Amino acid sequence: MIETRRKFLKKFISTTVYFSTLTSGVFYSISAKAAWPSAYFRENSYRKTLKELFGDQKLIETSDIQLKLPKIAENGAVVPVIITSKLENTETITILADKNPVPLIAQFNFADTAIAYVSARIKMAETSNVVVIAKAGDNYYFKKRKVKVTIGGCGG
Amino acid sequence: MFGFLFSLLIIFAASISADPLEDQKLFRKHYQRLFPKLTLKDYADGIYAIDDDSRESWQIIEEFPPYELAIEAGENWFNQAFANGNHYSDCLPNKGIAISHLYPRWDKTQGKVITLALALNQCRQKNGEAPLPYKKGKIAEILAYLAFTSRGNLIGIKIPDSDTRALDAYQQGKQYYYQRRGQLNFSCAICHVQNAGKFIRSERLSPSLGHTSGWPTYRLKWGEIGTLHRRFIGCHKQIRAKIPKPQSDNLRNLEYFLSFMSNGIPINGPSTRK
Amino acid sequence: MSSIKIRIKQLKNDITQVRALIAHPMETGYKKDEKGNKIPAHYIQELTVKHNDKVITNSIMGSGISRNPYFAFKFKGGKSGDKITISWVDNLGFTASEKKHIK
Repeated sequence: MIETRRKFLKKFISTTVYFSTLTSGVFYSISAKAAWPSAYFRENSYRKTLKELFGDQKLIETSDIQLKLPKIAENGAVVPVIITSKLENTETITILADKNPVPLIAQFNFADTAIAYVSARIKMAETSNVVVIAKAGDNYYFKKRKVKVTIGGCGG
Repeated sequence: MFGFLFSLLIIFAASISADPLEDQKLFRKHYQRLFPKLTLKDYADGIYAIDDDSRESWQIIEEFPPYELAIEAGENWFNQAFANGNHYSDCLPNKGIAISHLYPRWDKTQGKVITLALALNQCRQKNGEAPLPYKKGKIAEILAYLAFTSRGNLIGIKIPDSDTRALDAYQQGKQYYYQRRGQLNFSCAICHVQNAGKFIRSERLSPSLGHTSGWPTYRLKWGEIGTLHRRFIGCHKQIRAKIPKPQSDNLRNLEYFLSFMSNGIPINGPSTRK
Repeated sequence: MSSIKIRIKQLKNDITQVRALIAHPMETGYKKDEKGNKIPAHYIQELTVKHNDKVITNSIMGSGISRNPYFAFKFKGGKSGDKITISWVDNLGFTASEKKHIK
């Protein structure tokens, strides 16, 4: 385990591969110059976050994104989610929870040899939708699922 | 109606029976009636043995559970020597490996119930080290490692005939379990015997059978690994009862009673729970 | 002791699965401690997974990812002996990295 300051890592990752640098700001490229896009992760409404991320892009509902999520989240602090995109040329998978104070949870970029699959554990503030948006080719597709988040009674 | 009467019988029997094995039999019979499909071993999974919704989510998390970090940390702490060069393994039977299922145990010399957590701190103090706090942190991580080495072993608590004080301690633990307390006037039994499987607000109540098998636990609520006594204390808070100290006589005797009730159930700590 | 635990499994169809469990508080910045003081936000912002020298996924995230994060990814072309490296950077500038070889 190495715990060092950011400067060291910047030198280390400046030699790694760029993915893309679309001016729409959808893609995040790792380089010494790239900064974490704090605008995406602001406390904001779901609609405003989508606008920040995707501008006026049309989001097409699809059944080609497979979402595995519990119907009821035992504890909103840890909700397991498994995502597979069957869409060809999926480059990015974005996860949001539409009632989280910061709706954007994460955005994953995939190289050509990566499978468009990710499993993660996310926080959900309350009963709401988990929304997954995939960029495949020039289009943006989404799938959403409502997850009930219970407030603990005696175990809470 | 019959079920209700049967539960009353358990509670009544608890106050007059002097035979732990008889207690154990009645205890299990009660749960067998409530959950006829479960085998004894299933109770190691706690609420997940009876709640399918939460079971699925739990199983997904179990594929790479968050307590793995605690096991690794615990192994490091356990193997670290004290300032005087001695180790925890010098104090414990079988060097501490695969013994969790035998605790708590009755200690004749000290005249009290010794839990594994207490044994660890007694070892520290014997070797000139300050005791560790009992609810979380290092001690929970060490217990996680020790439980892991004991995984799959069947809980085997003994109440030695040779020392009547052991039976007294067991009886005290049992009494504590069935006694009402706090502003809400609940006993452990009301939730975990009578109403096991039912919902209280949005929570499903787990059966007490098997309650001690999965500790220490990474509770999602805590976001870290914590001990059984931490949970006991949390429960007292929830029923607005006077807060006992971790590893106090009452709680150790309670653990003794609960563990004995769970004899024959495999240890599967550390575990993840909500 | 590593703060990143990695498990690698070879699946069929030339797919390698990489799973990681990372020790990190992922504090949102909303919580208060026992004294009532706000616990400062502390969470991973960037995560990178490399197969030998090639970045196969890179990700940006916020405190909406759970404490002690878990991730699983899959990729093609992993061979025995290849190196998988997982690195992260958090909002306070701390970083960590861990590597493991495919068996």
